[in-house]
Amino acid sequence: MFLFSRFFEELIFTRRFSGKSSKGFKMSISRANDLRLPLMNLIRLKGTPILEQLHLEERLLRASSENWCIVNDGTNVPTIVMGMSGKPSQLLELGPVMKDQIPVIKRFTGGGTVIVDKSTLFVSLICNKDDVPGVQPYPRSVMAWSGSLYGEVFGGVNGFQLRENDYVFGDRKFGGNAQSIIKNRWIHHTSFLWDYNVRNMAYLKLPSRVPQYRLERDHTEFVCRMKDYIERSDFIEKTVKAVGKQFAMKQVNLEDIDSYAKGEHVKSTRLLTMEELQEAMSGTTQSA
Amino acid sequence: MAARFLWASRVASHLKISIAQRGFASVVLKDLKYAESHEWVKIDGNKATFGITDHAQDHLGDVVYVELPDLGRSVSQGESFGAVESVKATSDINSPVSGKVVEVNEVLTESPGLVNTSPYEDGWIIKVELSDAEEAKKLMDSDKYSKFCEEEDAKH
Repeated sequence: MFLFSRFFEELIFTRRFSGKSSKGFKMSISRANDLRLPLMNLIRLKGTPILEQLHLEERLLRASSENWCIVNDGTNVPTIVMGMSGKPSQLLELGPVMKDQIPVIKRFTGGGTVIVDKSTLFVSLICNKDDVPGVQPYPRSVMAWSGSLYGEVFGGVNGFQLRENDYVFGDRKFGGNAQSIIKNRWIHHTSFLWDYNVRNMAYLKLPSRVPQYRLERDHTEFVCRMKDYIERSDFIEKTVKAVGKQFAMKQVNLEDIDSYAKGEHVKSTRLLTMEELQEAMSGTTQSA
Repeated sequence: MAARFLWASRVASHLKISIAQRGFASVVLKDLKYAESHEWVKIDGNKATFGITDHAQDHLGDVVYVELPDLGRSVSQGESFGAVESVKATSDINSPVSGKVVEVNEVLTESPGLVNTSPYEDGWIIKVELSDAEEAKKLMDSDKYSKFCEEEDAKH
């Protein structure tokens, strides 16, 4: 009833004040359709440091009750990002990482290790479970939904699929994704390899847990560059459009976040210290 | 399914409790209490043992990591105290009752898969000293929890 009365309020206002009443009527129909969809707040960032992005995401997941889509067009410096359970000694070539002073972050979501830079594109979706009907708050259900969403974005690009929980073109991975699920909400976030520096891949070891389709390939044989398949701006706009089919989108500025996310919350994303990395390397040396 | 029922029967016999078989659904043990966020609790005097249910482990997939709380930490009913990682996702574990952590299952650090293979026995996660025994009344018994799981699965 509330939504119905909202619709008629919109209709009456627009017909009285629009000047062109038929166009105003069409605008109200579109906005009425939006009223049936749950709201999704959209934050567009460019070059935001990945640590700052992850802190924002963890805050919005835990201290906000609204849905969020965060798009960050590149990050400022090359940074290694490990999942919650990642062990530096097992995942990183610590000598070069420390020598080149590459920042290492442990994030609040699961999954593996990525090295991101200004070429990487980030898309994060934070949803209330009740606003995505048909999706249970469990990893495979959420990923089936996200796989379908990106299927719309890449529709027409040959070979796109969600394969053993990776986004791939054929048998080459181009996006690393991960999730965190709390009582009634979840986040699914992805770092898309628009382009990458082969030298940066050398900081990462071959992980012990790999999908079967990887077939012992090293990083450069396993991943591919998204820029070979789609234009950057095209990807961003198609993603926002695909999300907009399921949610009523509202742009929000970063400066206004405080009004949406209040109070204390668990903070687990952090930058590892040089001492921690040195201890990790010492531990490896001793065990060797 | 028959193998899972046989496993559940052995567990029940060891724990001296009866079980309810839910057809094709996951195993639910009687005499435990359950939270809507799919944790189980076994209360013994002023102590309680927690874990996640068979329904939860089945939906989560292979658990590869369990984040355990520190000893002595307070936990509150309905609030997160740790997490499990499975299929690239961290999932909060919420406390079914309030109390103080007196023991954690360190074995899960090396063998997180016990949460999948033995969710009600070897895969227990923490033990607490209860701060309010009355809180358990807010939890579901096995019949209510079984129905809750069926309704939840039916929606999707």
